[in-house]
Amino acid sequence: MRIGILALQGAFDKHAEMARSLGHETTLVRRKDDFEGIDGLVLPGGESTVQLKLIDRFDLEWSLMRFAVAGHPILATCAGLILAARTVTQPEQRSLGFVDVRVARNAWGRQIDSFEAMSDEGHPLVFIRAPRILDVGENVDVLGRFRGEPVLIRQGNVTCATFHPELTNDPYVYRLAFRKSQAHAIAQSKNESHAPHA
Amino acid sequence: MKKATNTTKLGLAEMLKGGVIMDVVNAEQAKIAEDAGACAVMALERVPAQIRAEGGVARASDPAMIVSIQKAVSIPVMAKCRIGHFAEARILEALGVDFIDESEVLTVADDEFHIEKASFRVPFVCGCRDLGEALRRITEGASLLRTKGEAGTGDVVEAVKHLRKLRTQIRRVSVMEVDELVSEGKNLGAPVELLLKVKETGKLPVPNFAAGGIATPADAALCMALGAEALFVGSGIFLSDDAPKRARAIVTAATYWQDADKLAEVSTALGQPMKSVQAASLLTHERFAERGR
Repeated sequence: MRIGILALQGAFDKHAEMARSLGHETTLVRRKDDFEGIDGLVLPGGESTVQLKLIDRFDLEWSLMRFAVAGHPILATCAGLILAARTVTQPEQRSLGFVDVRVARNAWGRQIDSFEAMSDEGHPLVFIRAPRILDVGENVDVLGRFRGEPVLIRQGNVTCATFHPELTNDPYVYRLAFRKSQAHAIAQSKNESHAPHA
Repeated sequence: MKKATNTTKLGLAEMLKGGVIMDVVNAEQAKIAEDAGACAVMALERVPAQIRAEGGVARASDPAMIVSIQKAVSIPVMAKCRIGHFAEARILEALGVDFIDESEVLTVADDEFHIEKASFRVPFVCGCRDLGEALRRITEGASLLRTKGEAGTGDVVEAVKHLRKLRTQIRRVSVMEVDELVSEGKNLGAPVELLLKVKETGKLPVPNFAAGGIATPADAALCMALGAEALFVGSGIFLSDDAPKRARAIVTAATYWQDADKLAEVSTALGQPMKSVQAASLLTHERFAERGR
């Protein structure tokens, strides 16, 4: 697949490295034109406030919405999850609302509290000034937990992690987010049931 | 749950890539920086140009100021300590700053040793002018480097010199035979294991940002084009005519450094830049970049 990585600010480098190590081609997405020809998209970690400002400043929201509604697979990590969430607290801020979750920013504390751990399912997790998922809507699947609370979720074509899979050696989150057959199936079912208004 | 690992320290440096870290001296400036899209702020008493103008001993900031900035913004807050001053660094760690800058902009506290940084829970950023200096700082435990430039001048020439030098040296090392690396290590004053890593990967083992003298969006774009992965901007913003507008423009330039149309747009009508000094006109003892090898 060709995976676009939103490269306004944040951990786009490490995501590009991981995507390439799994045999994907990559495009750094900074302008509307960059959405052409990509099959999947990563919303990387970084500072969600900065990313949101640049999305506004450079008028990328519509392109992002259209890409999501078209059913392409999207992986959103940390700040990316904050962008993708329905509701954001601590402080409250606007978001794109791709997935029906409520998220609190920097909910584990400052950098001094950033940590590594294993998920309940036995996968490595890296949390950097990480958000927490406070609650999930009924259409959201929880795919990974840490001490019982959701850290990896999926709704339709959008997979979200509160942690940083690109900083681990474990590609399972990428495999979950970007399965060719799954992406295709989602796109098709979307087209059949309710065609996007895009 | 393991805290303060190399991965979490390097991880925060990764999160700052493509962004601008701005020097601020109070909570109001921190808010302006955050609103303009700074990916982090550096809390300090006086920006480098003021330190340069006023002279005297520049030390780590009053904790009250740092705490007020931490309360004002949700982005990471960094703070500076003097080179070698591990007691100042421990205080900054106790305050929970997100990154400590062991900075040559402040007066040097130890003219022989830098801080042993690996034992701290907070990650460190240090300055460097070349590959040897960069690898020595990494050996001591730095998680992020910034080329030094010449802070507080508004003259980007030294930042450019250091970025180019680093890049040339990395290129040289990557084509060296392994046995040549031993003597190169001696020349550079850097450990061979790290040089081997540089040879294998073709880059530094930690991210490298630029600093020192960045005053315009064009300066920002130039540093990004020369391989900087993010930018520290000090005096260039709050000592200019229209700080919020210039701050926004420099943030845009850090992202769209390859896009000349955008750069032209954001460079337009920014008002006067900071009052600048030619770096070449400085006497040796006035050069911050010379401090700490």
